[in-house]
Amino acid sequence: MSLSVHIVKKLDAFTLRADFETDGGVAGLLGMSGSGKSMTLKCIAGIETPDEGRIVLDGVTLFDAEKKINVRTQKRRVGYLFQNYALYPHMTVRQNILCGLHAKKDPHEREEVLAKVLNEFRIEEIADAKPAHISGGQAQRTALARILVNRPKVLLLDEPFSALDAHLRLQMQLEMKLVLDAYDGEVVMVTHNREEAYHLCESIAVTDSGKVSALRKTKELFADPVSFNAARVTGCKNIATAQKTGAHEIFVPEWNVRFTTEKEVRDDVKGVAFRAHYLHPRTESNRYPVHFAGEMEQPFEWVLLYRYGGQPEDTEPLWWRVPKDKRPQTFPETLGIAPVNLLLLYE
Amino acid sequence: MDYFPLWNSLRIALISTTIIFFAGIAAAYYIAKTPRLVKGILDVVLTLPLVLPPTVVGYLLLRVLGPNRLIGRWVLKMFDIKLTMTWWSAIFATTVVIFPLMYRTARGAFESFDETLADSARTLGLSGSFIFWRIRMPVCKQGIIAGCVLAFARALGEYGATSMIAGYTPGRTATISTTVYQLWRTNDDAGAFFWVMINLAISAVVLLIVNMLEGSRKRRQGA
Repeated sequence: MSLSVHIVKKLDAFTLRADFETDGGVAGLLGMSGSGKSMTLKCIAGIETPDEGRIVLDGVTLFDAEKKINVRTQKRRVGYLFQNYALYPHMTVRQNILCGLHAKKDPHEREEVLAKVLNEFRIEEIADAKPAHISGGQAQRTALARILVNRPKVLLLDEPFSALDAHLRLQMQLEMKLVLDAYDGEVVMVTHNREEAYHLCESIAVTDSGKVSALRKTKELFADPVSFNAARVTGCKNIATAQKTGAHEIFVPEWNVRFTTEKEVRDDVKGVAFRAHYLHPRTESNRYPVHFAGEMEQPFEWVLLYRYGGQPEDTEPLWWRVPKDKRPQTFPETLGIAPVNLLLLYE
Repeated sequence: MDYFPLWNSLRIALISTTIIFFAGIAAAYYIAKTPRLVKGILDVVLTLPLVLPPTVVGYLLLRVLGPNRLIGRWVLKMFDIKLTMTWWSAIFATTVVIFPLMYRTARGAFESFDETLADSARTLGLSGSFIFWRIRMPVCKQGIIAGCVLAFARALGEYGATSMIAGYTPGRTATISTTVYQLWRTNDDAGAFFWVMINLAISAVVLLIVNMLEGSRKRRQGA
């Protein structure tokens, strides 16, 4: 079970370059909107044609520019969950799902599968409703049911939760997790939401203006993003360029500070990042004077904004996230950060 | 009372509407996929009959279909059929005149069609003809029906090109509109008024249908 994607496609805004190979499990493409994630899915599905490269699914070549292979979408056996779910508005939920069962000729068998899937996805009571009259969660279940009864070899999920109201998102993520656990093919999920990616994907490739990087294990990627873009899309708020000044020391010109790092610094270091939770008023290491630059109240946290003493006013402030009950009574004059929490960036 | 003009107008309008139903939809569907330049040129050419005076359309049709002209002469020689001055000659005129109405409304409907519906159907392995007839057409149904109804109404009222290519022969090529003109010209005011009322009634019903379709489309879109 594997999907290998090595493609190049010229687009108006950038050139899409995707190079990754899944190894079973759920693969995520994480990046900002307009970075080429959906286009990658469309190329895998055959909706769009790459200019160069090849796409191989379970040993079957779906696309090869050199050998002039381009299997029709209809023959690729991909299950594509569109962002808007693409339910046919003139058909009922039942008829929509039957569209996925068109290959089954025996009507009894068809009805059997239909009844089973309506029950599994808890959409029996809306089976005769049109898509305009069902909820977002029901629409997603219907679309998934329609795809899964078609028995696809790969499941492509394009921003599966973005069309849902916020309160439904988490619940649908839990449901999706169960569906994906039960599904035995390849899964590629596109999202710009790092929580969704972290929850559902075993490995993640980050995308940046057309470049889709190789897949990395999700936990490794979040623990050590390595690239500026990966640091950004995994939610790092404090990112700056940096220079090596010692085996375990870097200088950050933008903040005008010197940091000691836990990891050995390679010569080609380009930047440093740390997460907003890790600034600490009582950490002794990497401790520098700061001045207050603003604050944001969130439901369960405060975001306190600071600048280092030598940091110019026109640069981005540092983010410090504090749980509400840990908010200091008086604002600290210095903030430290443990060497282990400094992430070194190389690309 | 001789109802021939009503019957003749209806059959001409029905036949030409049927023709442009297929021709207009095919043109709208395929032209939407062509490169922008080709689309621009074809768009102008295919929409021209909408803005040209019907007499100009009639003249141009006579230039090619007349008994001494390119196509007209050839058909006359090969099949011994004269293309002008029969009841069905009017179909040439109405078809050309109403084609842009169907083409443009169908294209508008196709352009607002959400292509992800077709894409998702392809990933499910559904055939191209299934996608066209069972998904694209039903989703665009209202626009296409509205185009048909408008085209039908316009075909029913066609006068200029029809009178040039089919003429006015009572009981043979007379339509409602040519009859109104002929009766008025011969001072049969009551007769002309009768046919005017018939035409008004048909047109009102047709516009009512168009409005009902538009209304239900807006309601469905939640507007």
